[in-house]
Amino acid sequence: MSEKEMQVKEKAQITTEGEQLKEGPVFLPSVDIFESPEAITIVADLPGVSPDKLNIDLRDNELTIEGEVDYNIGEDEKYLLQEYEIGKYYRKFALSNVIDQSKISATMTDGVLRLVLPKVEAVKPRKIEVKAA
Amino acid sequence: MALIRWTPGLMGWERDPFAELERMKREMDRLIGAFFPTRGLGRTAGVFPAVNISEDANNIYVRAELPGIKAEDIEISIEDNSLIIKGERKIPEEGENVTYHRREREGGIFRRIISLPTKIDADKVTATSKNGVLEIVLPKAPESKPKQIEVKSG
Repeated sequence: MSEKEMQVKEKAQITTEGEQLKEGPVFLPSVDIFESPEAITIVADLPGVSPDKLNIDLRDNELTIEGEVDYNIGEDEKYLLQEYEIGKYYRKFALSNVIDQSKISATMTDGVLRLVLPKVEAVKPRKIEVKAA
Repeated sequence: MALIRWTPGLMGWERDPFAELERMKREMDRLIGAFFPTRGLGRTAGVFPAVNISEDANNIYVRAELPGIKAEDIEISIEDNSLIIKGERKIPEEGENVTYHRREREGGIFRRIISLPTKIDADKVTATSKNGVLEIVLPKAPESKPKQIEVKSG
């Protein structure tokens, strides 16, 4: 089979700055960040985070993504095997000063966040046409 | 060839050398575990996806974090007393005019088999996917449910 097989990746645990008021581990979500001439897009894996438990904050060019996980095992359940831990997600990014903050859009499907950060008009690359005189 | 008379019980382990090996292996695992604590997590099977398995009196629960995988891309089957999870995680191409700052998310196929600890009722297994977390509920077969025995005072 030529198809790529998925590998188990342990969730990266972090200690966030500041005091966590809620106990439990904090994980760094895996992300893809890509840039097109029009926008910067961030795609983050946040399994178990419902859209209303997600906090996206942008200030002083610092973007913070924070997600609470609202699933756990039932009260009468007992673990037989635990291969991964459940905890909240937290990640911070420094953005350059080119984002049009009024046009940011975020969608969440199947535990994946897609954040589109459009660039301001002034920084969009322009092709300069050279006219033959 | 010299023949040595076998005297059972002399060293205490001749009766079953394999049991002694097994005991030594357990002891080694315990010692290694004491030096390298694993944050309360068991050893993973090294197969995607990582699962958490739990049980209560009526069901066995298998949960896995599968962000971005649509329910129709997951195939779940029961064979004998094993649970098989197969599927594919697709990471769509974002177009040719993009450049990447980070690329940490991976796609690919996966197939995992999990032996279930108790007999289950294969016809009543349900699976749901919510916010990228797959939950499979496997009802225990009547014969493997714990039975409460009432003690009557005579």
